[in-house]
Amino acid sequence: MSVLLLAEVNQGRLATDAVAKTLSALSPLGEVHVLVASGDSEAAAQEASRLQGVSRVLMAQDVSLAHGLAEPLAALIVSLAPAYSHIAAPATAFSKNILPRVASLLDVMVLSDVTHVHDAETFDRPVYAGNAIQTVVSADPIKIFTVRTSSFSAVGEGGSAPIERTDAVADPELSFWVEDVSVVSERPDLTSARVVVSGGRGVGSKEKFDMIIDLADRMGAAVGASRAAVDLGYAPNDWQVGQTGKVVAPELYLAVGISGAIQHLAGMKDSKVIVAINKDEDAPVFRVADYALVGDLFSIVPELTKKLEKQFS
Amino acid sequence: MKVIVPVKRVVDYNVKVRVRADGSGVELTNVKMSMNPFDEIAVEEAVRLKEKGIVSEIVAVSIGVKQAQDVLRTALAMGADRAILVDATSDVNQDIEPLAVAKILARLVEQEQPDLVIAGKQAIDNDLNATGQMLAGLLGWGQATFASEIKIADGSAIVTREVDGGLQTVRVSLPAVITADLRLNEPRYVSLPNIMKAKKKPLEERTVAELDIDTTPRLKVVRTIEPPQRSAGVRVSSVDELIEKLKNEAGVI
Repeated sequence: MSVLLLAEVNQGRLATDAVAKTLSALSPLGEVHVLVASGDSEAAAQEASRLQGVSRVLMAQDVSLAHGLAEPLAALIVSLAPAYSHIAAPATAFSKNILPRVASLLDVMVLSDVTHVHDAETFDRPVYAGNAIQTVVSADPIKIFTVRTSSFSAVGEGGSAPIERTDAVADPELSFWVEDVSVVSERPDLTSARVVVSGGRGVGSKEKFDMIIDLADRMGAAVGASRAAVDLGYAPNDWQVGQTGKVVAPELYLAVGISGAIQHLAGMKDSKVIVAINKDEDAPVFRVADYALVGDLFSIVPELTKKLEKQFS
Repeated sequence: MKVIVPVKRVVDYNVKVRVRADGSGVELTNVKMSMNPFDEIAVEEAVRLKEKGIVSEIVAVSIGVKQAQDVLRTALAMGADRAILVDATSDVNQDIEPLAVAKILARLVEQEQPDLVIAGKQAIDNDLNATGQMLAGLLGWGQATFASEIKIADGSAIVTREVDGGLQTVRVSLPAVITADLRLNEPRYVSLPNIMKAKKKPLEERTVAELDIDTTPRLKVVRTIEPPQRSAGVRVSSVDELIEKLKNEAGVI
């Protein structure tokens, strides 16, 4: 029994935190091989080989793999699949695009956002925006699933797995990369940040959202947003925390001007400490908050930013 | 150009679901059901492409219980031309798995020969985010998931995708499967006259047996429980008190 773990590579760099957390989820399942497949895989493969719990790194490098397109990556994974009992990946936009395609090509189901691996066939996963947790037994010959990384801690480094080259398969040439518009940011990544500051509808405008960003920067935090804030154009979609955005579990989550719809709570309720700042004292977010501050965010947030200066300078 | 839009009947977005105490699932009796919100976005996009003269026919498809007629009527009222209901179960508690749904859709694609399938990216009940990608795999078609913008030109779709860390634009040759993300559009409200008109549009019923698809589940749900609940914490009265608590009580700053 061995597991193929699909790793994500961005501009030659391994998404190390996500891979390290997925490795910890896979620990009950035996030998793990990490597939590093991109246009520029050398450094990422080296990085993967150092993670604990990796017994082999498969490195594929080809221009067709450079932009994470589902069709060539799925074809590659299908070619490797016969050697594996499980195929897994961190639950990200990258893998959610690819693994269901792989599953259908292998005539098996896919499980998304697994939060617990009981044994080789049995997995927990949230449904209904995390309002219910299902325990599911799979009867498929190959189990394919994505892992909700916020439910696991990262494995450490210190490994030295061998790196093996593997060939890309012929690109089916069904889709073609045009461009990536990515926001380069000095801030920590939302899904691995120790502190997340999120703003919601109550923030009022895109301009006023700068106040949330200032507070986050002061705390060395990642910036998040509710679906409402994204819908209203206050914040970009890749900041969205919730059922249809990212799921985070930082040590400290500050929800500012967020009422706390179940879809938002689904994305942050596993945070260690939750602080909610809202003028409506009946806001549902207060039901999950460890510390509730009722009041006008437009005076509270600048005051908090100013007073935290001492803490973080 | 012909488009198929699959639509799913799910527990309404605003309903707080209740988990049955015996662990057998979530309570679906007397719960408001609606069209999956991402599927509404998919229907809206197809209708807009029709209004631009790019699409000539929209076929809405729902797979599941007979009651899914409701969501098909909504799709027709939004502007779909006809509907196909695939009767796959009589048990409202049985969720037809994405693999089976994709196989049924692939069979209908063979028969209907559309140029494009636009689906919602995810159903808000099982949260699997899989059907579109699986359908593209089964058909050997290209896919563009999590779309926030779609342009059709010269036998291709140019699709902007919502990805982690920003946006990606891909060109996918038609026929293809596109899945709709949140910001693709804002679905229209259906007007009463359109609801009346929708009643006269064709709604064809098919069965899984006649389509010859095996829908036997691959996954067995052995238990459904409520997640651990967080309890409400304490009220703080000032920023100073908040900082003090975070520092000395919670130890997180």
